[in-house]
Amino acid sequence: MSTEATAPATLIRPSRGWSALNLRELWRYRELIFFLTWRDVMVRYKQTLLGAAWAILKPFLTMVIFYFVFDRLASVPTDGYPGPIFYFSGLLPWILFQEGVTKAGNSLVTGANLITKVYFPRLSIPLASVVSGLVDFGLSFIVLVGMMVVYGVPFSARLLTVPLFILLALVTALGVGLWVSAMNVTYRDVGHVVPFAVQAWMYASPIVYSVNLITDPLWRWVYGLNPVAGVVMGFRWAILGGTQFPAVLVLESAVVSLLLLASGALYFRRMERTFADVV
Amino acid sequence: MSEKAIRVHDLGKEYRLGALSSGYRTLRDALAERAGQITGRAPKPSREILWALRHVSFEVERGQVLGVIGRNGAGKSTLLKILSRITEPTEGEAEIHGRVGSLLEVGTGFHPELTGRENIFLNGAILGMKRTEIAAKFDEIVEFAEVPKFIDTPVKRYSSGMYLRLAFAVAAHLEPEVLVVDEVLAVGDAEFQRKCLGKMSDVARQGRTVLFVSHNMSAVLRLTQETLVLDRGSLVLRAPTPQAVDYYMTSGLAQTGERRWATDEVPASARPFQPMALRVRDERGRIAERVPCTEPFSVEFEYELSEEITGLRIGVYLSTSRGEPVLTSFDTDEPRAFEQHLSRPAGRYISRCRIPANLLNEGLFVLGVNASSFRIRSYFTDEHALSISIDGTGAPGSHWPETRSGPLRPALAWEIGEAG
Repeated sequence: MSTEATAPATLIRPSRGWSALNLRELWRYRELIFFLTWRDVMVRYKQTLLGAAWAILKPFLTMVIFYFVFDRLASVPTDGYPGPIFYFSGLLPWILFQEGVTKAGNSLVTGANLITKVYFPRLSIPLASVVSGLVDFGLSFIVLVGMMVVYGVPFSARLLTVPLFILLALVTALGVGLWVSAMNVTYRDVGHVVPFAVQAWMYASPIVYSVNLITDPLWRWVYGLNPVAGVVMGFRWAILGGTQFPAVLVLESAVVSLLLLASGALYFRRMERTFADVV
Repeated sequence: MSEKAIRVHDLGKEYRLGALSSGYRTLRDALAERAGQITGRAPKPSREILWALRHVSFEVERGQVLGVIGRNGAGKSTLLKILSRITEPTEGEAEIHGRVGSLLEVGTGFHPELTGRENIFLNGAILGMKRTEIAAKFDEIVEFAEVPKFIDTPVKRYSSGMYLRLAFAVAAHLEPEVLVVDEVLAVGDAEFQRKCLGKMSDVARQGRTVLFVSHNMSAVLRLTQETLVLDRGSLVLRAPTPQAVDYYMTSGLAQTGERRWATDEVPASARPFQPMALRVRDERGRIAERVPCTEPFSVEFEYELSEEITGLRIGVYLSTSRGEPVLTSFDTDEPRAFEQHLSRPAGRYISRCRIPANLLNEGLFVLGVNASSFRIRSYFTDEHALSISIDGTGAPGSHWPETRSGPLRPALAWEIGEAG
């Protein structure tokens, strides 16, 4: 180490108000983010009996329940698609979002021993929680492809836009996750609110019903403020196609997602300096 | 050698006591507080403020190994946490040149379900090592930890010794320019501690800057040339280590002869045990800070139990001012006493023991106390509760005016006779 002529200087001083995001530092710690993600995934699959099967079973069984309750019993229209694939294509991005928010929300509290003992950009903890959901997502995506074959859904160029909507789902999850995780450190009751709020959020998103039920343009616009609506609709469009691309709604949701992410990151950075003292 | 590795200027850290003791607040509290402030009805929350560290300034040269000592709550850990950027200072600033590695605990981020190999990579990344760096040192780490056979076993199946060795091995192969170490050596068996100390002095020899916090005075003496003494958040002395240790052992423990504990001084985790006072009484029953070695004296520990405790034993430790242990004794060492006091109902007690005459050498000694139920729970420990000085006047052999080495100077029965 003596070869380094000029050692980098770190200045430690109290920070006030809003601080910059410091993405460069986050980038320098990318390996740590990778390892934290990897740990989340490894631990999850090591501790369970069925391991990776859960990643597939959970959305699949939910889909089966939805099919019986909303399709067979309640006959909620599914835009003319077979119920199972309609629900499953909505559940996939939803679960990516839901798991991301839930895990990120608790990540700082469960990672308290890291926060109080080592320095690294705190953002890496919720970030790793959100990203680790991609593994589950990838596994159930294989099932989705299988269902596309079974139901005879054509594979078109629309599929190329899938990564875009996955990214949007991650952005949304991270945005909400940052808010929740930072608040959870100081106000532990946030942890109780999240499961309930997330459940309510699912019914506010077009998973078990189609957004075409809403015809009034004003209400449709209001509906689009739910960032998950755009994610789910865009993803479903990329898989099933058919109807026209809901451009306005997706764009609107994307803007809300980005605002959530930006505000969440700023709030997180502001609260970050007290994490180690409070958690 | 004028290059500075660490420069600390007027550093301070404030904690709000209310926030500290309750840990976290509920949303309801915060909302109620806000609402109160808006309507102007509720009085402003008056939180007590504690400066864990204040007006601390010092510099460390590159390649220097600096010790930091002080009682619990003196601000040592806060200082290390600020320097390793875990928490932010409230005022002042610090400047560090070079990559900082902090070792405030070994095995941070270890996950029991993961194997030794996986944990090495994870822990290394958490401590700030690059993946390639860890891979390059992997064999060395495994060898140092002495766990090659179990490297692909989940660490939850490790013995505590193996776990610690692996954890320390990763940390020991971290190569930052500035290393911040806290009490790492307080764990593990004697053999392991020796190994850790050896590794630490290697680090020092390689010309890296080390800030070493410890309660273990002999480790501080062995590893460092210079030491900072902290007391109640302030830097009270910076001196060559032997001098600093002496100072800490004497004036740092201002109340000689008697040490009292206020209720808020004792961590809540000690309940239902509450220490009241530790006293040294001379032969005539007076509280004394200096006793002649030719006279016996007694050590009494007064405490209160708010609930009945089963299997409680009160221990007294005696060590030299350098931190070397001299003896340990418990109030229920005698089997009869143990059976008689199997459980102690709530109430106030005094456990008293007598130290015989002509046992200790002259010099300064430190008394510590401990209350625990064997292998069940440790309620309270203070290893530096009180200091006591032994006057050598009239000691066996004092007609030769010389100092004798060793903490003991017992009057032994000698016989001198003709051989054969």
